[in-house]
Amino acid sequence: MFKQLSNSTVETVEVTLNGQKIHVSQGMTVAAAALTQGLHFTRTTPISNSKRLPFCMMGVCYDCLMVIDGKANQRACVTYIKKGMQIETQQGVGPSLGETE
Amino acid sequence: MKDHYQLLIIGGGPAGLAAATIASSKGVTCALLDEQPAPGGQIYRSIESVPEKRAEKLGTEYLRGKELASAFRACEAEYFPETRVWSLSSQREVGVLHKGKSKIISADQILVASGAMERPVPFPGWTLPGVMQAGAGQILFKSSGIVPSDGVVLAGSGPLLLLLAWQYMNVGVEIKAILDVTPLSNHLLALPKLPRALLAHHYLTKGLIYQRDLKRAGVNTKIGASLLQAEGDDCLDTIRYRHFGREHTIKTDLLLTHFGVIPQIALTQAVGCKHQWDDSQQCWRPEHDEWGSTSIDGIIVAGDGAGINGARSAEHAGRLAGLQALFALGVISQIERDQQSIEDRQWMKDERHIRPFLEAYFAVPQTMLATTNNETIICRCEEITAGQIRKAVESGHQDSNHVKFLTRCGMGACQGRQCSNAVAHIVADSGGQAISEQSHFRGRPPVTPLTLMQLADLNEEESL
Repeated sequence: MFKQLSNSTVETVEVTLNGQKIHVSQGMTVAAAALTQGLHFTRTTPISNSKRLPFCMMGVCYDCLMVIDGKANQRACVTYIKKGMQIETQQGVGPSLGETE
Repeated sequence: MKDHYQLLIIGGGPAGLAAATIASSKGVTCALLDEQPAPGGQIYRSIESVPEKRAEKLGTEYLRGKELASAFRACEAEYFPETRVWSLSSQREVGVLHKGKSKIISADQILVASGAMERPVPFPGWTLPGVMQAGAGQILFKSSGIVPSDGVVLAGSGPLLLLLAWQYMNVGVEIKAILDVTPLSNHLLALPKLPRALLAHHYLTKGLIYQRDLKRAGVNTKIGASLLQAEGDDCLDTIRYRHFGREHTIKTDLLLTHFGVIPQIALTQAVGCKHQWDDSQQCWRPEHDEWGSTSIDGIIVAGDGAGINGARSAEHAGRLAGLQALFALGVISQIERDQQSIEDRQWMKDERHIRPFLEAYFAVPQTMLATTNNETIICRCEEITAGQIRKAVESGHQDSNHVKFLTRCGMGACQGRQCSNAVAHIVADSGGQAISEQSHFRGRPPVTPLTLMQLADLNEEESL
């Protein structure tokens, strides 16, 4: 669906996406990383269990909610990749509402 | 972050940056709160870090953001990136979330420069993975050089559709089709507004150049497409539409839609500013005067969040708002404000010339705004269909907010940002009312998610 145009000047960082270690460009949002990795969905809805991918990429549609570092309901499109980040597809409302840092 | 500023600016797009630059030059304490990690807003996103090669492909309009951002970086205003504003009160208290901590700060003058968002227009299948907004595609391109890998269909109405197609074409992305849903009747309605638009002919010329380049590249454009539908089991697979009475399908895994942009009004609504329906722009916007002053003392608006006028206008409106804040703070006199704003006010007028034409030409057809396809999901979060909304109206709930209570539409994670307008259109249409008589969903703080822990920590004496 999406690809990243080559840009050798940007460093990559290692993160974990659904249990798999991947390398993505620094400065990318989690949603952008999920899309370039070819994820078929980033969450399922709590109402009908239907699959969703990011829609607006600017923080207003809340369709890209993912579980990031154990915290559910994080907007992947306004969360930036950090080294060692644990990213997971969110099922429904997610595992728990999580805690603040 | 201090507890109090003379001027607090919310939003780091062209309006916010210009306002901060001019206001801080007069020595007032000024802070700019930005949801993003770097200045530029959505329009000039990643402008400071974009590789030169990518910037070239995006075009000259985008590069304009460089000057704005560097002037802002050189000014005295304090900058707080990755900072969310979750509440705004008429006493000018602002709820802020910064580095995971919440805090309430206050200001004498507050500029809300919240910018625009894509107008959400529901159609069958718009929730499928692979259907996204054109703005989303452009953000991916600007900020990370990410573009469609297996071709793309662009559909909807508005200048951004053309610009994005042109930008994609520059980097060799396959554009399977552009489905322009603006009805041919729009062209006639826009015609009387053309003479005034010619005063801003550089915009028209640019549009024509994009069209010419796309045509030369052999891009298939269908003007007057209708009954757009996205189909697929778990993800987008096929697009169905009508064109001159015939049904067509296109195989694609990616559809980017655009139906114009609307102001982001969550904050101005939460604070209780008066809003009005703008018939020409097909959206609600906060009421304001020439300087951006709203119905609430000390709350100013500028840029597309005040009404859609584009990035160039936003810059000038930002400066006007900055001068207005300085006047309200007693730093400059009314005469100084008026004199120092002559050029910006003239620019604003000139920039306005093109708008009535664009608004009429790209007006989204009523049949799409208030869909009669009852199966269509309207509320993406609570998965409420048009049929459920129409049923609520038939049972006597003739106001969007009543429909919200009854059906839960607009009560999901996005707080109605995606469905508010569509619900109002459908309720108005079902009840035989004008949309201007309808109400927007009431917006209340927190306007962005906040955990109980973050709220409970409010009074913690920790410096941010």
